[in-house]
Amino acid sequence: MPNNEAVLSVRDLSVYYGEFRAIKNISLSFQANKVTALIGPSGCGKSTLLRCLNRMNDLIPQAKVEGEVVYSQQDIYDPLVDPAQVRLHIGMVFQKPNPFPKSIFDNVAFGLKINGLTENIEDSVEKSLRSAALWDEVKDRLNESAMTLSGGQQQRLCIARTLAVEPEIILMDEPASALDPIGTLAIESLMRDLTERYTIVVVTHNMQQAARVSDETAFLMMDEDRAGYLVESGKTDNIFQNPQDERTEAYITGRFG
Amino acid sequence: MTDENFNKQYDLAPHSRGRRTKSVIFYLLLLTAIGVSFTGLLSLIIEIGREGLPWLSWHFLTEFPSRFTEKAGMKSAIMGTVWVISFTALIIIPVGIGAAFYLEEYAKKNLLSKIIEINISNLAGVPSIVYGLLGLSVFVYYMGLGRSVLAGALTLSLLVLPIVIVVSREAIRTVPESHKQAAYALGANRFQVVYKVILPQAIPGIMTGTILALSRAIGEAAPMIAISALVYLTFVPTNPLDRFSVMPIQIFNWISRPQDGFRGLAAAGIIVLLITLLAMNALAIYIRNRTQIRSEE
Amino acid sequence: MQNTNLVNDPVRFKLGKRRGSLQEKIVGSIFFLCASVSIITTVAIVGTLLLQSIPFFQEVGVWEFLGGDRWSPILKPRAYGVLPLVLGTSLVAFISLLVAVPIGLLLAIFLSEYSPKRLRSILKPMLEVLAGIPTVVYGYFALTFVTPQLQNIFPDLMVFNALSAGLVMGLMITPMVSSLSEDAMTAVPQSLRNAAYALGATRREVATKVVVPAATSGIVASCLLSFSRAIGETMLVTIAAGATPKMTLNPLESIQTMTAYIVQLALGETPHGSLEYNTIFAVGLLLFIFTLAINLAGHFLVQHWKESV
Repeated sequence: MPNNEAVLSVRDLSVYYGEFRAIKNISLSFQANKVTALIGPSGCGKSTLLRCLNRMNDLIPQAKVEGEVVYSQQDIYDPLVDPAQVRLHIGMVFQKPNPFPKSIFDNVAFGLKINGLTENIEDSVEKSLRSAALWDEVKDRLNESAMTLSGGQQQRLCIARTLAVEPEIILMDEPASALDPIGTLAIESLMRDLTERYTIVVVTHNMQQAARVSDETAFLMMDEDRAGYLVESGKTDNIFQNPQDERTEAYITGRFG
Repeated sequence: MTDENFNKQYDLAPHSRGRRTKSVIFYLLLLTAIGVSFTGLLSLIIEIGREGLPWLSWHFLTEFPSRFTEKAGMKSAIMGTVWVISFTALIIIPVGIGAAFYLEEYAKKNLLSKIIEINISNLAGVPSIVYGLLGLSVFVYYMGLGRSVLAGALTLSLLVLPIVIVVSREAIRTVPESHKQAAYALGANRFQVVYKVILPQAIPGIMTGTILALSRAIGEAAPMIAISALVYLTFVPTNPLDRFSVMPIQIFNWISRPQDGFRGLAAAGIIVLLITLLAMNALAIYIRNRTQIRSEE
Repeated sequence: MQNTNLVNDPVRFKLGKRRGSLQEKIVGSIFFLCASVSIITTVAIVGTLLLQSIPFFQEVGVWEFLGGDRWSPILKPRAYGVLPLVLGTSLVAFISLLVAVPIGLLLAIFLSEYSPKRLRSILKPMLEVLAGIPTVVYGYFALTFVTPQLQNIFPDLMVFNALSAGLVMGLMITPMVSSLSEDAMTAVPQSLRNAAYALGATRREVATKVVVPAATSGIVASCLLSFSRAIGETMLVTIAAGATPKMTLNPLESIQTMTAYIVQLALGETPHGSLEYNTIFAVGLLLFIFTLAINLAGHFLVQHWKESV
């Protein structure tokens, strides 16, 4: 059931790549069982921010993070926290579908196997594929290679793969941008269905998509030093119909971007 | 790669006779170079075939060497090669893969990894006889392994390890970054990413590299002579600490004998060696082609 | 919340213990050890060569070694001047470069500037075959085929001689000169060629006056690395060039190279630890220093041309 608590909060977050500051002092909250969209012009740090939410940014060698990302009353950047554990709770779907060159079943089962969650694995795989609206299309060919699926199906497979480890939050980095319009619609519809049980944060450069799909929206921009910062955030309807900041209005009405 | 069509257009421009003559002469020079190298290879193959084929027989493969050329065979050398190369493979596969993974997935880009990389490329240029001296000193005497199969295998491993490492690194690099990211995002730790995502995809390349390394090792005589110090052997090894000979050494032994028959024996031995190498390289090419067809990305 | 899965147990999450961190550390250390084998190897090579040749230098002295022109460590009267071996090595290597550099360079120019695709797919495998043939085979070829043929031209040619070995070694290292030079040439930007063609140059002129000069450091590097290979080559010279160290520049005579000497001793009965035994490490050390210096120069040049492209 929907509730209005913040399930994930970002407090005064700054991200540096070596000397370069990519994100400047962002504070933001993400509400449970809602879709929050991160929008803004290219290079303003949306993807960087997203990657911080499940410590995927750790994989970049010179990346350094200041500030806090709070989940379950704990800063996930606390040195005692295991990033791999964080990612079991906060999953990620990428821009270009990236299924492993394995069978459909093995793709979905991968996260379960490596984390030792192999009890009733076939049931878990089926459940995840159903939640990703892919089960009917693949139930007869689970042992076929994932590479035989279409682009849209592959992306739904990646979503099923993420759902298998039962995260609470799902991060999506422009999940439909590599897909055709039909695939895009399928993903957007899936996103809305998933909010029943999950919280979604999606980065998108497509404003119409943000308006269609999200409950909350955050608008980011780049300053003169190319550091990203938060301009405005709030309910999607308010942002799009009644923006508080004139820069927001300019972006939304297409005067730049 | 140069734009051939573009170049061809401009070659039609009219020039003075002197310039055109020079161009013709130069082109003939190029063809001569091709001719010389091709002739060299061809005469080598023909000569070896001519001398060696009459001596090839099943008997040749299964008999021990002998003073009498009619009775002589390559058995001890072939079995010795099998023993040494098997142990070499057992060593270079884990060590080479481990080193490649360390350099690609674990190491930070610091001075230490730079030194390791410079080392690997330097070692590739050290003469093979120096490896023989190293093996003699360290494995045969200092570690007390004696002039054994194991000492030979260890020496060859050090010699060809750079090949395995370089090729394995390339194979690891072909695995798309996106697959690694997906695995990390599912909560995998670094070893799981290495073992469950990268390794399965990199195996064909790693196998190709291993086969190339082993085919280089099979042809090495100099370091093996330093280790084994024997050229005439009439038994096969039964354990890794036994003495041994290998095919190139046997060939060398036969070449060194002035009597007529031995020349043919040497050539026959060369044919066996070359066929072995051909088979190994064909296997490597087959593996490479099969995986190129299968990869969909 | 929907999850009954242990994975989402908040208590377990809060503890934050790094799962499998011990396994991670062990695996990382094992992989590091594998990578450090290369450093250990280098240290072992240098250490072995130095340690084993020090007793020799203590008895014979560096100057007699480097400056003496007679090498006879086994037969009396003993002499320990290494120059004959160095000269023998250099003579054979020089002859091989005389063959390999022109042919290799011409092949490289052909492959890079002239060759149609079909011919390329024949030439490149041919070169790979030449490069992959074990050196005993080349030794056999030199001794049993090249030498008799040459004796028709040079009746004075000895059975073991530097010329046959040098010529065949030239054939052997041609692929190395060719492929490294070709890399350097294909890296030259097409825009340079276009500029020359636009000024009316012929293909020959573009190749010889634009591409080759632009690829000079890469070509020189290929020659250096091939020279190093020629110096370090063992079996070919052991079989075909002879076992008689001499101060001669006459390629028709038999000589002995540094590498062939080491093989000779390794096959002999010299007792471990004796002065004669240690000579192979002294010669080996000299060989290692030569090849290391040339290789470093070659790699430095390769870096240089890679950066300038």
